[in-house]
Amino acid sequence: MAINWFKYSSPASFYTLAGKMIPIFVIAAVIFLVAGLYIGFFVAPTDFQQGEAYRIIFIHVPAAWMSMFLYVVMAFWAAIGLAFNTRLSSMFATAIAPTGAMFTFLALWTGALWGKPMWGTWWVWDARLTSELILFFLYIGFMSLQAAIDDPRRADKAGAIIAIVGVVNIPIIYFSVQWWNTLHQGASVSINQAPAMASTMLTGMLVMVLASWMYSIAVILKRVRVIILERESHSAWVTELQKKGAV
Amino acid sequence: MNWSSWSEFFSMGGYGLYVWGSYAVVFLCIVAEVLLISNRRRTLEKQYGHIHDLNK
Amino acid sequence: MFIWIIKRDLLLAVRRQSDVLITLFFFIIVVSLFPLSVGPEMNLLRTMAPGVVWVAALLASMLSLGRMFSNDYLDGTLEQMLLSPQSLSILVLGKAFAHWIVSGVPLVLMAPVLGIQYDLPFDALLVLTGALLLGTPVLSLIGAIGAALTLGLRGGGVLVSLLVLPLYIPILIFGAGAVEANMAGIAFDAHLSLIGAFLLASLVFAPWAAAASLRVSLE
Repeated sequence: MAINWFKYSSPASFYTLAGKMIPIFVIAAVIFLVAGLYIGFFVAPTDFQQGEAYRIIFIHVPAAWMSMFLYVVMAFWAAIGLAFNTRLSSMFATAIAPTGAMFTFLALWTGALWGKPMWGTWWVWDARLTSELILFFLYIGFMSLQAAIDDPRRADKAGAIIAIVGVVNIPIIYFSVQWWNTLHQGASVSINQAPAMASTMLTGMLVMVLASWMYSIAVILKRVRVIILERESHSAWVTELQKKGAV
Repeated sequence: MNWSSWSEFFSMGGYGLYVWGSYAVVFLCIVAEVLLISNRRRTLEKQYGHIHDLNK
Repeated sequence: MFIWIIKRDLLLAVRRQSDVLITLFFFIIVVSLFPLSVGPEMNLLRTMAPGVVWVAALLASMLSLGRMFSNDYLDGTLEQMLLSPQSLSILVLGKAFAHWIVSGVPLVLMAPVLGIQYDLPFDALLVLTGALLLGTPVLSLIGAIGAALTLGLRGGGVLVSLLVLPLYIPILIFGAGAVEANMAGIAFDAHLSLIGAFLLASLVFAPWAAAASLRVSLE
């Protein structure tokens, strides 16, 4: 087994492996998505407090969770890349960032559309919303830094440092925002009173979380493959692939 | 079953705009992300020239 | 080495006083713009004052970050410093300290005057100055990481703000919070202790992270 893993840590063999894995994850994502949406819209009952508007939860919560998970996963791979100088893990970090930023945006967007009918306002300076917004800034910072650096190796390392600094700061930022929010309680709306969820609602949400995972993995693998090709375009194995007409 | 008709399904108990507005943007983002990646790949393939087969 | 770096950077700053003055005047102008935009109503200004002064301090401190390493980078001094046997973290610490003396301390000294413009009571002025005194070194230290990462990049100045401003948020919250708590008659020492804790943590970690960034940027 061990040998296999090392084999796939080289971009060349990983490229082929990822190509085989993508369809599996795409199929899994579609299955979970269809199942999750079916449960979400046809099985889960209407919420007695929020009416039908709560159905946004089936995308809002997965998006919010993914946005946070992906940042940690991104920082993890970036750190591995920095510590062990493994090209593939740095490429993974770079490939994760846009998807993470997208989920952060979606969490904010769906949150706003959920907030308007429920609290009567698109946005409140709630601790969670504010932290999500700052997380979005952190993603943008990571991506802009990498985009500004021409040399890919320097981009990997610089990105890794800012990702690690970000991940160390996320708890500090979160707690300071939370504290700030309780200080200014007057203006904010309490969203902590989560109504008891029907078990079908929970199932639907968890299935949608699985769908987001599968989608993220598929899309990240797809992006990693492009990044590998971009970076290794002059290496022998890419030329080899070209000859076979299989690039 | 929650819905007795399609129009009831689309109106989402009066919250249709919010619910479908959320799902539509999620859908758009996913489509845009996939298209952007394929596009990036296609540009690359153009640089390489003569690529016929797009398999894995 | 530490002392030597500070002396050298301070000497350079004295030779180019305009840099120091620009940062200071930027701070003053930003703070003075707010009453013009929201109106001269004193009660409103008093509640806004801590936040306005802190945001202006954040921006002013960030404005001069680009110069922390770039001049030494352009004339090759930085590369020599990297080769020296001294620890690079100490060098970064010295640079950040000099940056604080040049761009942080003038802000701290000017803040009470600007606070008077906003009709802050006397002890609120003291708390504001104290909080700035503790908080501005953290800005220089965290800023050093951003400055080191963006060294020699095009559009580095704007990029630094994207990288560094989100990391400044806890300082902003507790710095402004201390003054607000004092004005509301609540104890503010917890805020100051937290800023102090940030200062200690960034003293330990920031030079190390910034040194790693410098190595990446100069590779």
